Amino acid sequence: MLKKTFLNAEHNVLGARMVDFGGWEMPVNYGSQVDEHHAVRRDAGMFDVSHMVVFDVRGKDARTFLRYALANNIDKLQDVGRAFYTCFLNERGGVIDDMIVYFLDDFLFRVVLNAGTADKDIALLEALRTRQESEVTFERRDDLGILAVQGPNAATLLWKVLPEVKENAGALAPFHAIIDGDYFIARTGYTGEDGFEIIAPHETIKTLWQDLLEARVKPCGLGARDTLRLEAGMALYGQEMDEAVTPLEAGLGWTVDLKSKRDFIGKEALLAQKPIRRFVGLLLLEAGGVLRAHQIVHTKYGDGEITSGTFSPTLNQSIALARVPSAVEDGATVEVSVRNKRLAARVVKPPFARHGKILVEPVKS
Amino acid sequence: MSQIPNNLKYTKTHEWVRVEKDGTITVGITDHAQEALGDLVFVELPETGRTLAQDEACAVVESVKAASDIYAPVTGTVVEANGAVADAPETINRDAYEAWLFKMKPTNAANLDSLLDADAYAQESA
Repeated sequence: MLKKTFLNAEHNVLGARMVDFGGWEMPVNYGSQVDEHHAVRRDAGMFDVSHMVVFDVRGKDARTFLRYALANNIDKLQDVGRAFYTCFLNERGGVIDDMIVYFLDDFLFRVVLNAGTADKDIALLEALRTRQESEVTFERRDDLGILAVQGPNAATLLWKVLPEVKENAGALAPFHAIIDGDYFIARTGYTGEDGFEIIAPHETIKTLWQDLLEARVKPCGLGARDTLRLEAGMALYGQEMDEAVTPLEAGLGWTVDLKSKRDFIGKEALLAQKPIRRFVGLLLLEAGGVLRAHQIVHTKYGDGEITSGTFSPTLNQSIALARVPSAVEDGATVEVSVRNKRLAARVVKPPFARHGKILVEPVKS
Repeated sequence: MSQIPNNLKYTKTHEWVRVEKDGTITVGITDHAQEALGDLVFVELPETGRTLAQDEACAVVESVKAASDIYAPVTGTVVEANGAVADAPETINRDAYEAWLFKMKPTNAANLDSLLDADAYAQESA
């Protein structure tokens, strides 16, 4: 039996195509996934991401606890409202989950966990708390839902329907959040566009969904969410990384602080690792199919593998994220096995597109 | 609800088949199939003259989401492939019964008896 978010009926009314996503029945698209994608790059779209888990870490030693638990350095978050992206690692440096952490006050950090990994994360954090004899308290906020409103017009449309919140949140900078009454509003997202992630009680989110629909914000499914994040070069847990892959091989080295003296779970393993593969983007150079996860990438230094691939609506060409031998350089031409053919692809540095613009050299046709 | 025209035959693998007056058949994917696949972005068709066995994988359609094989509804020879649909795969999303993929000359007309009618396909795709 699949779990449903409190917006399930709203999705069905709109004729959404529902799929099983990590045990949740979620909308993959409402109509054309490509139209939904373009709406976010050019205008504004919204995503129900209430399957993700809001998890609050409280207490006077919350910072101390997270300093050791997370791969990114919690001490980077000094101003109230500041947020960052981080991995949660195992002792081998493998990724247990990735998440955004918001610093709300000296005794409260809010963490947003992936739906499929949240139970595992929380069990491990509880075990760590016991081992550390920490006094932090955990609260899983299943009473809250999450709505992502993304796109160049997201701010204008959001403030149109929430004028009372604009006063406090209107000037919110990227990777910052604010609490205003029932609303937690963060200027974060997973699309490579400006936008917000709004966390609030179920009924509040339901009203906001209706108001945004009336304001002509396009409802978008997980299909568009995936093509948008792939164009933006953002990793998806379970695709780009898992417990057997370290952040250093998933293009996430920038999120790991190895320079400070701070100790954290997985640090020793990361310091010892000499990555032999690196994370790159691929741009398909010829017709013949679509790049997909698990296809083999043939290079002169050995084989690599695609971790996520799709057709990019913005580039009108197939693109992929891949792990290849470290010696493979940006700009190199490689071959990808697509069914019974080998198709040429160019190695590029992600992202492919953000803020409505193509960021890689297009294929000459 | 997806469209299932009464004048066509169908396969369990979501191809539609129109039997033409000259005995050839025209093959495409059903409305149900295009809806399930979503926005189509790539089509690979069999070459004209290729001999196919019934149920042989002979073409591929790919959407943003997924790739799907297309199977020969009967044993026979490919007499024409629709280059226009390969150039514009999205036309399948607009009208799956207009945007045909290929035409075949069946070797044995009795093969056609194994295809589903609209009612049987409606049950199959429910």
